[in-house]
Amino acid sequence: MTGSSGPAIGSRAPGALESVASSTVAADRPRRNWGSPWAWIIFLIGVLYFTVPLIATFAVSMRAKPLFAAYTNSFADPRFLSSLLYSFVIGLITVVLSIALIVPTAYWVRLRAPRLRPFVEFVTLLPFVIPPVVLVFGLIRAYSRPPLPFTNTDLGSSALLVFAYIVLSLPYMYRSVDSGLRAIDIRTLTEAAQSMGAGWFTILVRIILPNLRVALLSGAFLSLAIVIGEFTMAVYLARPAFGPYLQLLGANRAYEPAAVSLISFGVTWLAMIAIAMIGRGSRTRIQVGGAH
Amino acid sequence: MTFLELTGVQKRFGDVNAVEDFNLAAQRGEFVSFLGPSGCGKTTTLRMIAGFELPTRGAIVIDDVDVTHRPPNQRNVGMVFQSYALFPNMTVAGNIGFGLRVRKRPKAQIDKRVKELLALIHLEDRGNRFPYQLSGGQQQRVALARALAFEPQVLLLDEPLSALDAKIRIVLRKEIRTIQRQLGITTVYVTHDQEEALSLSDRVVVMSEGRVEQIGAPADIYNFPATPFVASFVGTLNLIAAKVIDGGEGRISVEGQEIRSAKPITDAHDGSTVTIALRPESIELGEGGGVNRLRAVVEDASFLGSIVRIRVHLPESQTTLSLDTFNDPNLDPPAIDETVTLSFPREACLVIGSGPAPVVDVVAGA
Repeated sequence: MTGSSGPAIGSRAPGALESVASSTVAADRPRRNWGSPWAWIIFLIGVLYFTVPLIATFAVSMRAKPLFAAYTNSFADPRFLSSLLYSFVIGLITVVLSIALIVPTAYWVRLRAPRLRPFVEFVTLLPFVIPPVVLVFGLIRAYSRPPLPFTNTDLGSSALLVFAYIVLSLPYMYRSVDSGLRAIDIRTLTEAAQSMGAGWFTILVRIILPNLRVALLSGAFLSLAIVIGEFTMAVYLARPAFGPYLQLLGANRAYEPAAVSLISFGVTWLAMIAIAMIGRGSRTRIQVGGAH
Repeated sequence: MTFLELTGVQKRFGDVNAVEDFNLAAQRGEFVSFLGPSGCGKTTTLRMIAGFELPTRGAIVIDDVDVTHRPPNQRNVGMVFQSYALFPNMTVAGNIGFGLRVRKRPKAQIDKRVKELLALIHLEDRGNRFPYQLSGGQQQRVALARALAFEPQVLLLDEPLSALDAKIRIVLRKEIRTIQRQLGITTVYVTHDQEEALSLSDRVVVMSEGRVEQIGAPADIYNFPATPFVASFVGTLNLIAAKVIDGGEGRISVEGQEIRSAKPITDAHDGSTVTIALRPESIELGEGGGVNRLRAVVEDASFLGSIVRIRVHLPESQTTLSLDTFNDPNLDPPAIDETVTLSFPREACLVIGSGPAPVVDVVAGA
């Protein structure tokens, strides 16, 4: 009866439902929240704080004539590339030796000697307390005479520089490795590997190191960034590193230091982006055992 | 022939005795469970077999070789952990083949074995997945396959199902037992879940406070608990204080009502107090359950689906008992405060210790 006299309850003319739905959506659509003006002002100040020095540096570097001369001059100077390469190689050696020293130490402390952790952490923080100049003078005094006369040769001095940089990078590398170890259940993974016949070296190389990849990369890039720009130790050990070269350039040239600063800044940012990309790629693969 | 033997094993952590005088002789291919509450020493004992803990005293022998002081990587013992402990940087196949790669087996042999094990755990098509791409149950299956891949002499499982939900636990429980029987591997399984221990094992070791309370077949553990602890921890039971009338005849009195045990009471003299244990399912409402009779007053009746659990107390005291009857839709449960007769056979009346009944819940261990 009802149906015969008109549209059934609940039925609508074609398109009515869609129009109601779209009007509801329009009414319910949240207004885009742009945040408070103060937040934007603070954000803008932050952006300016970081960009103005860069723009100013770039502007200074562009005063050299012809255009981009500061950059071409920098690349043309053989000492620029050689010092950058020297610092890069020293940095890489530092990173490799730091990993070889710190990963087993941090692993062992977490696994077998957790009570020593505060002490080890304190030791790794010492480079923040002891100025590099004190450290390098100590090293020079200790290793300029027998039985370990490192400073008598270039190779010895470079080795001493690497050792000094290992100390300098301790806080960054140890913290990165330690936080990486905290994120995985090293005790159970170690025991699982041991029960399958693995020895300590196999466990470190095949289980622990691969699962610390992101942590190691963070520590490595931080250490590398510090080492590449480091001045005090390199100059006192008379090494042809990038830090002393930058200082020398600043004292003798007008526009090239600005260009070189921007180039090194760019290299550092590229390194940071590389960490972010690698980190994002492996985040899902590195998972704490037990989660499901 | 004894395959895994623990003799007088003790483990101390400082002043704490985690495990005391642990003795066990497991046969080749036997499935033994360590059952007990948290902190009873079952995992510590398992870890000593694995080599992760060094016994303070005693010896651990596997296949006639004393392994007490051998490091874990030289014991040929496979272990499955509660948290799976799969290597996150390796695929499923990589995890399963790890033990074989450590042993430097040829690649073709490793691939073949990995395939076999993937088939055994029904994950043939998941070899290239990473652990995070699997469910908890699948991860634990992989952990089991990994522990079996290098053909260990003994398989150890440390609460492997605790992190899984109830349905998967039951499925995986059956799978573990099937695989264990198929391979005939000597297995030690640690759990605090009595159902798991009773349903899986050839023998159960019940532990409490570092001591072995009882070792026996699941049915023996349940039906003939050796100590009040075993009686209270395994299954549900009623503990009642009773007085010995004639120990030789097994005659005892529960608040003036005489009952009999099947066995003579030898460790308590006449007139002394003992504890008797009665399983709820061995007591019947009415007079058809056996020669022993007790009058009691109904306190409560709980409908549990197929079972109705009735709670009663003895007329002159607050001693309470629980009994289970099958749900019969044609019968009404007894009324509250109704006086009823309970009956049970002599065999159901277990004298489990002298002295008053220990303070436990009437249906402890449920």
